[in-house]
Amino acid sequence: MNDTAPQPGKEPVAELNDVTRTYKMGDELVNALSSFSFTFHRGEYWAIMGSSGSGKSTLLNLLGCIDRPTSGSYKIRGREVASMDDDTLSTFRGKELGFIFQSYNLLPQLDVLENILMPVMYQDEVPEGIEDRALHLAERVGLGGRLHHRPTQLSGGQQQRVAIARSLINDPALLLADEATGNLDSRTADEILELFDELHDEGTTILLVTHEQEVGERAENILRLKDGLVESVHRGRRGQSGATELFEASTPSTAAATRPGAGSASVSGSVSGSVSGPSSGPSTGGKA
Amino acid sequence: MAKRQSSFFRAVRLGVSSLLLHKLRSFLTTLGVLFGVASVIAMLAVGEGASAEAQEQIRKLGSRNVILRSVKPQEQGDTDSEMRVLSYGLTRDDFDRISETFPGVKRAVPMLQTPAEVRFSDNVCRPRVLCTPPSYKDVTQRELFSGRFLSAQDEASRGLVCVLSYEVARFLFPFETALEKRVKVGEHYFECIGVLGSRTPVGSVMLDPSSEAGGEVFMPISTGRAFYGERQTQIRSGSMDIQEVQLHEIVVEAKRDNDVLTVAQACRAMLSREHSDKDYEVIVPQELLQQAKETKRIFNVVLGSIAGISLLVGGIGIMNVMLATVTERTREIGIRRALGAKRKHIVTQFLVETMVLSGAGGLLGVGIGLLIPWIVERTAELETIVTPAAPILAFAISVLVGIVFGLYPAWRAANMDPVEALRHE
Repeated sequence: MNDTAPQPGKEPVAELNDVTRTYKMGDELVNALSSFSFTFHRGEYWAIMGSSGSGKSTLLNLLGCIDRPTSGSYKIRGREVASMDDDTLSTFRGKELGFIFQSYNLLPQLDVLENILMPVMYQDEVPEGIEDRALHLAERVGLGGRLHHRPTQLSGGQQQRVAIARSLINDPALLLADEATGNLDSRTADEILELFDELHDEGTTILLVTHEQEVGERAENILRLKDGLVESVHRGRRGQSGATELFEASTPSTAAATRPGAGSASVSGSVSGSVSGPSSGPSTGGKA
Repeated sequence: MAKRQSSFFRAVRLGVSSLLLHKLRSFLTTLGVLFGVASVIAMLAVGEGASAEAQEQIRKLGSRNVILRSVKPQEQGDTDSEMRVLSYGLTRDDFDRISETFPGVKRAVPMLQTPAEVRFSDNVCRPRVLCTPPSYKDVTQRELFSGRFLSAQDEASRGLVCVLSYEVARFLFPFETALEKRVKVGEHYFECIGVLGSRTPVGSVMLDPSSEAGGEVFMPISTGRAFYGERQTQIRSGSMDIQEVQLHEIVVEAKRDNDVLTVAQACRAMLSREHSDKDYEVIVPQELLQQAKETKRIFNVVLGSIAGISLLVGGIGIMNVMLATVTERTREIGIRRALGAKRKHIVTQFLVETMVLSGAGGLLGVGIGLLIPWIVERTAELETIVTPAAPILAFAISVLVGIVFGLYPAWRAANMDPVEALRHE
């Protein structure tokens, strides 16, 4: 059922294998994710979509290592995180993951540069030249001239840019964006999404959780969740337009993912995900 | 920047900048500890000063001395008799026994007191007129202001000389020197040969020539006996009250500090054997000193409890605010955890913030606590003593309060579920 074998030329970054996350709601046990298996590869740009309660937040929390699966295995860059203790997990988050939130989540008592350097602060060893990297990132997101401004002195778009620079400071394996454009007007949102496009072009692995169709469509691939299961996997605009040539070369089709009636959906090639649902297979048809 | 700083220093810097986001709240929070620390230091300083003053006064009595005084016994019946002679108190025999037979006694100095008006021109006062041998000055450690004290020759020749206390001298001679003036004591004139230094406690507003401490006139005991005898006649509300007291006071000086208590014990034993009435009292400054020290100890315990309670209240105030802060900053905690902060980082962060709060309160408290004694000394004219240990101790306690009361909020912060914390609005 599981197709987690590495694809040639494709390095798996985040591998979820038979992951279940169960919450206790009163007396009832609710499966936010049930036997979820999926693999994200390096350099991919995924939009994770779904209505509320579909499990996308749970998936993001698991991917971001701020939550742990009830059962199953989750590996980032080949390291199993499901069994890490709290401290190791914390350090791991700081080093391997970049977070971008809907409400920016900068610390008001720190200036731009300090906010960008925040994830470094909690590491036992400070990497050489990290300040230059922070300066470079600030420059990269267009805030080179506002290094010592406080977040309250910045516009929403600028704050989100700081947050993006912060998420990149440790060169993370995964960039996790949770409704990153949700609080921004459409023009600013566009700028941020363009920044994501650029980062994608530079090889950053991006997972963008969104409920906005418009935003999701811009990604390379779209993962649609429903009731803790994969509903559909299909290509976004970037995937089709051939923005990533490497990607284009080994892509048969997304049809495999949408094969009707199958108990599991396996997307070979770059869109390599293995989905298994005990109760129902993923529904066909990507777009609603 | 953040790179080369030690993590503790960075945590302190971060804590300060977090606290500065809410300046008023942070300041108000420190007030509890501030007042606690300030009151500890101020109260200790005032208490220390008062105790030092009390001890100084006791020491003036002479720490090697045992003072025996005649006390008028409780009146028993027979008060109607118009003329009666009440005979009581220490006797010359007591004096002889003590000075000649007691071991450990260096010397004993007798003193006879006579009620007499002291007058110079129109100035009249009623100080204690003390008839003493010359050694009285040394044994009571009095200091000379001007002139000289009674001499052996005055004693031998029953000289008509007197020595005034500073207060009496100032009263009788407000604008001139008392030396070589002739002062009328009772019915006789005495030449003033010296003035003693003031014993009025520092800070008393008036120099009272009639006070116990200040109003004294000294004359040779031989002169006193010759002129006034051992009978003191006082006319009270129409009736004559005649008392016969051989000696009003005997100051016994021990050879060494260690002998004082033995001498006192011997005196007590002897007096209780010789006197059927309890017409005397024994004052032992060294015992008083012990009592003063005991009093001071109790005082310190009370002060310590008050200080402890105020610091406790301050600490609870800090904990209260920190708990509110932790709740308010739940999201920040979530962010920090998501960005790689371990539990211990969160604990450190909030603990350091609490310690910065209480430490700042402590520092300000030390400043104000040092200022209060300074003001008290200048306005209330009370002696205050700031021991170096007091501010250090108070500050250390304030930091300790920060740690103790910061632990729980910090623990709460660190044990939040990052997922929940991030979702918190």
